[in-house]
Amino acid sequence: MTAARRKVARKSAAKKSVARKSAAKKPAARKPAARKPAARKPAARKPAARKPAAKKPAAKKPAARKPVARRSAAGKPLAGKPSARKPAARPARARAAAPASIPALMGYALWLELDAVERYRELADAMEMHNNRDVADLFRRMAAIESKHADRIMKQMDWSKVPPPPAGPAPWAGAEGPETVAHEEVHYLMQPYHALALALKGEEQALRFFEALERAASVPAVKRAAAEMADEEREHVALVKNWMARVPPPDDGWRDDPDPPRYTD
Amino acid sequence: MTPTATATAVTERPAASTPATFKSATKPIWCPGCGDYSVLSSITKAFAMLALKPEETVVVSGIGCSSRIPAYTTCYGFHGVHGRALAAATGVKLARPELTVLVAGGDGDGYSIGGNHFLHACRRNVDMTYVVMDNHVYGMTKGQPSPTTEPDWDSKLAPGGTGVRAFHPLVIALASGANFVARAFSGDPNGTADIIAQAVRHPGFSFVEILSPCVTFRPDQRSWKDLVHPASVTVTDDPARAARRVMTDDGFNIGVLYAGGRTPYPLARRAHPVAVADLEAEFAP
Repeated sequence: MTAARRKVARKSAAKKSVARKSAAKKPAARKPAARKPAARKPAARKPAARKPAAKKPAAKKPAARKPVARRSAAGKPLAGKPSARKPAARPARARAAAPASIPALMGYALWLELDAVERYRELADAMEMHNNRDVADLFRRMAAIESKHADRIMKQMDWSKVPPPPAGPAPWAGAEGPETVAHEEVHYLMQPYHALALALKGEEQALRFFEALERAASVPAVKRAAAEMADEEREHVALVKNWMARVPPPDDGWRDDPDPPRYTD
Repeated sequence: MTPTATATAVTERPAASTPATFKSATKPIWCPGCGDYSVLSSITKAFAMLALKPEETVVVSGIGCSSRIPAYTTCYGFHGVHGRALAAATGVKLARPELTVLVAGGDGDGYSIGGNHFLHACRRNVDMTYVVMDNHVYGMTKGQPSPTTEPDWDSKLAPGGTGVRAFHPLVIALASGANFVARAFSGDPNGTADIIAQAVRHPGFSFVEILSPCVTFRPDQRSWKDLVHPASVTVTDDPARAARRVMTDDGFNIGVLYAGGRTPYPLARRAHPVAVADLEAEFAP
């Protein structure tokens, strides 16, 4: 098994390039009711000196030595050997038939938000534990924002209790909802810019997801609702981009740790 | 959803049994990016799905990064000595058969230091669930090769690789008599929760191997999420057939691979619980 696994891993790794264009991700989105996410205020980040060229952490050097972690073109922290990266994240598009009713659609939209809230909180806890307070605060703020989105869905649907997750396979590709940041995307030395890049990726995936649902929906009401949610996600994408513009991009050496865990390397 | 200050009442999930019910206030200290975070989440989701109660559930572990899990739950917990989690858990289950017992650990703890306990736990088929977070490395002690490490994995601590054939836990479990065998992936917490719930429900000894990347010492394992895929087979109750399948698959087949019908180890249901004083009396001079 192990030999086979190694073989498959190598084969797949060979296909991957270091450059992960998360920025090139297509959009996707969520809930209806184009209301302003209000709380999305960027948070007084130093409007500060943005280095013109440093915006995109740019192509990594050939990796002279075993890198502990590296980041993508969007400044996202990545780790591992260059060959072990995938060119792009899995597409967050609808994979199953579009929900046939508004409650079904909104059920998915709600759980998509709730899962994102839970994950942001977990990541905030992890960052706090590793003394990365800035990023912990940012993840907590993201959790609060997503939580408000979930509240809004609950109110729109007049649900007093969170309904159980919709039965059957979720209509998105991949194991987790489009707005859920994968655990392995974070790094203990990541900076707020990286966290926002992850948030942006989530919003863009959600946008693509709702756009796909809109296209796939055959019930006119569901189609309209999906379109509204896509619009809202578009707004969120713009807001996060705006927020990112106010945050200084990371320096090249952001992941240099004077006391690294891998002292054996 | 974890009930923190940022949440509003309306988005909190129903009070009955939620994953948050099973999460303690102690925050994990794993490296950010570690797969074990997701496994913790899957375990709490599974407990909630099964409508268990923390006071009726026990999480037992040995030593290692993943073995910290009992402290992160609100269940009864026992963080035991290295490799002995299954032995302790067997004792718990025999003494208190009404409790749900889940054992958690890593590949080093379970397959090396505790390897012999693993064999005999499968053989005894006591009704409990063993979840192994396998990252093919000893993470807590800074990256030594473990029993499931690939023979050619090159590192400073094993230059050129160990050259030693890797342990195949699923086949060993099947050959030793485990009654339920599954493989899961930490990157799919909901799918993993579902598999753990099935494992807990299944009578006898259930074994769930979870591929859980170590982003610090095995950053190459980030590619696992692109390699895993659902097992394209139906669950079998024939251990030989299951063993053939897992020996020939690519190691990234996810799902329930075997659900057997062996009778679990008989658990004596005592009319009266044993008092501590009774136990002490046995050791009295």
